[in-house]
Amino acid sequence: MYEIRIHSRGGQGGVTAARLLALAAFRDGKYATACPFYGAERRGAPVVSFVRIDDLPIKVYSQIRSPDMVVVLDASVMDTVDVLQGLKPGGTVVINSEKPHEFPGFASYNVDLTGIALAENLAIAGTPIVNTPFLGAAAKLGIVSVESAKQAIREMFSDERNVKVAEAAYEEMVI
Amino acid sequence: MLVIPACCTSVIQGMYPNTAFNVPVYNIAFAAAAACASGMSRAFRSQGKKTNVIAYAGDGGTIDIGIQALSGAFERGTDFLYICYDNEAYGNTGMQRSGATPLGALTTTTPVGKTEFKKDLDAIVAAHNPPYMATASSAYPLDLYKKVKKALSIPGPKFIHIMAPCPPGWRYDSDRTIEIGKLAVKTGMWVLWEREYGKLTVSGPSKTAMKKPQPIDEYIKAQGRFKAATPAQIAELQQAVEQNIERIRKEEEGIC
Amino acid sequence: MLTIATGNKAVAAAVKEAKPAVVAAYPITPQTEIIEQIANYVATKELDTEYIPVESEHSAMAACIGAAAAGVRTFTATSSHGLLYMHEMVHWAAGARLPIVMANVNRALGPGWNIWAEHTDAFSQRDTGWLQVFVGTVQEAYDATLMAFRIAEDERVVLPVMVNLDGFSLSHIMQSLETVEIGNFIPPHHLTHALDVNNPMGYGPMTGPKDYFRFRWDIERSIRDARTVIQETEEEFARRFGRKYGPTEDYRCEDAEVVVVSVGTLGKEAEVAVDVLRKEGVKAGSMRLRWFRPFPDLDLKGREVVVIDRDYSFGFGGVVAASIRAKTGVECYNVIAGLGGQEVTYDDIAEFVRTRRIGEEMWFGVSE
Repeated sequence: MYEIRIHSRGGQGGVTAARLLALAAFRDGKYATACPFYGAERRGAPVVSFVRIDDLPIKVYSQIRSPDMVVVLDASVMDTVDVLQGLKPGGTVVINSEKPHEFPGFASYNVDLTGIALAENLAIAGTPIVNTPFLGAAAKLGIVSVESAKQAIREMFSDERNVKVAEAAYEEMVI
Repeated sequence: MLVIPACCTSVIQGMYPNTAFNVPVYNIAFAAAAACASGMSRAFRSQGKKTNVIAYAGDGGTIDIGIQALSGAFERGTDFLYICYDNEAYGNTGMQRSGATPLGALTTTTPVGKTEFKKDLDAIVAAHNPPYMATASSAYPLDLYKKVKKALSIPGPKFIHIMAPCPPGWRYDSDRTIEIGKLAVKTGMWVLWEREYGKLTVSGPSKTAMKKPQPIDEYIKAQGRFKAATPAQIAELQQAVEQNIERIRKEEEGIC
Repeated sequence: MLTIATGNKAVAAAVKEAKPAVVAAYPITPQTEIIEQIANYVATKELDTEYIPVESEHSAMAACIGAAAAGVRTFTATSSHGLLYMHEMVHWAAGARLPIVMANVNRALGPGWNIWAEHTDAFSQRDTGWLQVFVGTVQEAYDATLMAFRIAEDERVVLPVMVNLDGFSLSHIMQSLETVEIGNFIPPHHLTHALDVNNPMGYGPMTGPKDYFRFRWDIERSIRDARTVIQETEEEFARRFGRKYGPTEDYRCEDAEVVVVSVGTLGKEAEVAVDVLRKEGVKAGSMRLRWFRPFPDLDLKGREVVVIDRDYSFGFGGVVAASIRAKTGVECYNVIAGLGGQEVTYDDIAEFVRTRRIGEEMWFGVSE
């Protein structure tokens, strides 16, 4: 089982990012679950979502304690949240950022999801959409296939720019 | 003290073990704010205390599920202040339509736009002849402040209806909240007034709009929630604004 | 159609297949996605239903009662305080013998507003005459909702059915979902006592001491007959759609020496705990209780039983443990866990089993 924890703020689409990832993994023929940990709806508050991907049926519902990968969609949450908590030694961090962040002991990747989204004017109520480009990053890391990533995006969104930004993130991300 | 039913403030107050308020806050079930405030007020008065009991609720908790308790508390002449902050939908649960949602507005349960008019909460409250009631707006904080102070100086049931634009719910960028609030007043979509012992006075910020209101188009276009509103609906909204302004003008001038 | 969906979306998808004529509902976290999705189906004309956005839950059930009395299929959904607010009408719906289907997204009760999973809300309605089933997966939420309509409307039952799913733990979690072409699995609804101007009757008038108790017995007789109807429906469902359900979902119980009984998603997490325990040489099994009303016969003799209650009846005890004790005579180790969404992992469940003290009650997280 591969476990991913996604950090963001309420209103940034972190929950949708989890759902997209699970859907893409499902289209790859895997078992996948996605779930948010909700407080009551509050824009701007730190939010965590979880994704589990496995070749066998997933019967665990409790929160992920030792993720294999941590995703940070809003770097500012790191001011108040320990995003690395529980991350397996040698685990992966993917961070939405223009510049690289070092996390000793972990494999760290950065990609400017915000910049990619804004380049296509992809935003809702002023907030850039970073979940669809994130799927491109996930595909680059081999979590999901490129075809399934695109399929998942198209299943959930009609605006084709969402696929474009995923492709842009795929290209831009340096492995 | 504040009595709050389920509403956005239930979240804004913070989670146990913290509270964001420096007055006591009593959380109560959704339908019960005014009834709870009623009991609380009577209890304080029985102890000879003049504590201000303020029910602070959203539009859903006032005009839909809370209307029974509101009506009862006002009919009994309860000594309390009821403040309804109106973001025109069930905000706490994610913007489902309420009776306060305007015609043509998109919400998660009116995915093609609401086909009914906004329920006239002020008319319902007015039917109870409270000694003081007023409309206010988050875009005019001084006006609101004065109205709250005045209300608290008057015995009996008082009502203040605040227009509270909501960026994610009304679908506009969050740095435009004051602008949207002011547009509502400038177009007459929201008129600021107070009614003290039956005598209506239009408040300063609304005086210009009463004489020469801006067309509502700019207000409508500024919000994503109106993007499905048809020209016919917008025309109806415009007409309703004009009729409301006329009604208020007549009342202020003493014509009935 | 094979897809991935949340528990809430699965319920809504099943409602779309069942095609109720009237849906009356009021929003409450964590149910809102159900009614939003239904509103969407209505807006896109995928579902031709009269959607009534009522002003409170009491009105939601009252509106469903009015609609059901007129003889049409109805549906509503709620949670926690919403369910409690309609409590008097929940009683009314069963007493009026109306086959309303309601999804209840289990959520804890305030004060202390708490939006996370707990079963006290549903159990507080256990005396009303409603049938109650509790699901553990997204697929089951879909399947159970479909079956609920058929069971409720069966002329041997004609009672409302409550489909329960854990708030957030199931309502908001995405899992795989296979939707079906319902075909004639749910027969057309015909309510024999529907309102009819050509056959004017008085419905639910003043009923005196000489007659009232007979109506109460009628409810009980029907809910006992419901056991057969439930079994037939689940068997027919398995025949047509390939998924088998029963009063419980048993995992590795055949040779189990200790059985964990629980409800909802904890019953799936418990299966993972069972695997952990089995590796340690403990012959554990999991029995997830699905049907709560009518209460099923349980095969627990000769095993040690650990019951996890995600609920409580103050001054009395865990509702599930007390029910099991009353119905089977079997004593158990009653763990009170998961209240208000308290996190309970498979490791915790395994530890409940390892440290069990039969006959005692333990509040997880509370030190004496």
